[in-house]
Amino acid sequence: MRRVICLLALTAIILGPAVGVQAQTQTLNGAGASFPFPLYSQWAHKYHALTGVKVNYQSIGSGGGIAQIKAKTVDFGASDEPLKTEDLDQAGLVQFPMVVGGVVPVVNLPGIAAGQIKFTGELLAQVFMGKITKWNDPAIKNLNPGLNLPDQNITVVHRADGSGTTWLFTHYLSLSSPEWRDKVGVGKAAKWPAPNSVGGKGNEGVASYVKKVAAAIGYVEYAYALQSQMSFAVLKNKAGKFVTPSIESFQAATANADWQKAPGYYIVLNDQPGDQSWPITGATYILVHKQQADAAKAKGVMKFFDWCYKHGAEMAQKLDYVPLPAKVVELVQATWAKEIKADGKPVWP
Amino acid sequence: MADLALPETPTKAQTWRQGDVIFRWLSRGCAFLVPALIGGIFLALLIYSLPAIKKFGVGFLVSPEWNPVTQEFGAASSIFGTVVSTLIAMLLAVPLSLAIAFFLVELAPPAVSRVVSTLIELLAAIPSIIFGMWGLFVFAPFLQAHVQPWLASTLGFLPLFQGPPMGIGIMSAGIILAFMILPFICAIARDVFLLVPRTIRESAFGMGATTWEVMYKVMIPYGLVGLIGAVFLGLGRALGETMAITFVIGNSHRISASLFAAGNSIASTLANEFAEATEPMYVSSLIALGLVLFLITYLVQILAQFLLRRLYRSWSVGL
Repeated sequence: MRRVICLLALTAIILGPAVGVQAQTQTLNGAGASFPFPLYSQWAHKYHALTGVKVNYQSIGSGGGIAQIKAKTVDFGASDEPLKTEDLDQAGLVQFPMVVGGVVPVVNLPGIAAGQIKFTGELLAQVFMGKITKWNDPAIKNLNPGLNLPDQNITVVHRADGSGTTWLFTHYLSLSSPEWRDKVGVGKAAKWPAPNSVGGKGNEGVASYVKKVAAAIGYVEYAYALQSQMSFAVLKNKAGKFVTPSIESFQAATANADWQKAPGYYIVLNDQPGDQSWPITGATYILVHKQQADAAKAKGVMKFFDWCYKHGAEMAQKLDYVPLPAKVVELVQATWAKEIKADGKPVWP
Repeated sequence: MADLALPETPTKAQTWRQGDVIFRWLSRGCAFLVPALIGGIFLALLIYSLPAIKKFGVGFLVSPEWNPVTQEFGAASSIFGTVVSTLIAMLLAVPLSLAIAFFLVELAPPAVSRVVSTLIELLAAIPSIIFGMWGLFVFAPFLQAHVQPWLASTLGFLPLFQGPPMGIGIMSAGIILAFMILPFICAIARDVFLLVPRTIRESAFGMGATTWEVMYKVMIPYGLVGLIGAVFLGLGRALGETMAITFVIGNSHRISASLFAAGNSIASTLANEFAEATEPMYVSSLIALGLVLFLITYLVQILAQFLLRRLYRSWSVGL
């Protein structure tokens, strides 16, 4: 009996403070896309240290994020692929972009360093379709006269899991090649036509397959290409210029887009005008309900994202994400004020 | 005296009997839990895969199409990958583990046998994801650099060994699987061999049988029932293995004659694609794949039971 009392007392000592803290501080729950997870978790960590508000972000994938926010089991959802306006209206959701990232083609060819090999969207589509099977194909050689391209079969590496990265990439290939659009199309997962292809799980899976398989080509988020020091390709953009992927070229694509005219911020930053614009760029999105049940909690969510926009830019850039331009943030916050309500009253500001 | 003593003993007996009843119900409940769970899982799989079954019908099983963009799904490529990788694993693991088990029981000095047996049991304790990572980072590059080029140059006329060597693919998946199921088959085979009476083994040797003949004509027939059980245990594990396969199989929905090519197993498809599948038909098709795997595993078990029963009848000796 004494032991039981001891145990109870101990439990009370351990749990007591935890329960006390829980009562005072707010906990915000979010779930969704895995691409921005490193950034969101860093933001959440810093924000917790500054304000005491706890933000839990579960990186379960965009599909899961959309399902969870629709089921209202989380306070915000996150998706790499923007929802269409009719889907948003049907579910009563508001969508806004958080950060921007770029997708870059990466190759594994001995002696070819990052930024040396050039591609056009059309050529990239042909390679991923399996129409061009050798690295020394005249089409690749003509574009890259100075490079020593080997007589090797090209292995295409794609994502095995569904992902926003694939969505963005296939969208770009569809823009560049009508044949790709008709035969493969756009999706978070696709039927990869190249006979010589493998699928990796996640950006890290693709990166490691490209590094392991000789003469491979794949596509990864820019951050992964940098972190794993891969040879990324240079792409021809809409203005006809060859651009190197960088924070600046993603920013150029973001700035040149017309956000004002995009309902639900449904905008794909692929193939944007401008000399500097990187052609495979996309935003990752946050989803919240228009009608909020708990005003305090809704305000907490908005405050967190406000802090991220205003103070999170540096952290974002350190992790190779591109913060949104200030004028886009203004637009987003105007949307918050207009659309997000609790008990009929706007939650923000 | 006896009359006085009686009222006390029945109460005790009664509480015992009560305990018995409770225990009986408790154990009955526990026993029914298992079929209830299996039935529940089967029902859930069936219900959620109904949309896919309705749309694709039996064609689902034979269609090699897997296109998330057009929402056309078929299980053939995943079934193919599952069956072929399991087949490679069984072809490699069964003879290997029988040889190891025979060596441990019959040929090895006791000290060596003890050490090797422990190591094999340790192999069984390695989590599958470790096998996967080792397969991806160490074994696949080794295959790509040394084994596959050699196979392509010597046996390259067979369609099995054509195409560029990538390391990852059906072949490495099968070999990694073989490593994973080997300890299970080997440990049981060793125990089965140990159960063969010493006198039988020694009289075979005494009659002038070679070591090979003792294994092939005495030990294996004697322990056949147990060995078949071991093989099916390995088979069951190989069919459902997920993580290690996902790392090395190449995750590509394709049916290719070449073992160098990338493929996909049912389990790896589920592991890869479930999290980001949003469209109802996509989710339903994935669950239908799960149902197919469930049925394959179940059929294998039924087959095992059937085989064992028949063997048991025809081999009156042994286990």
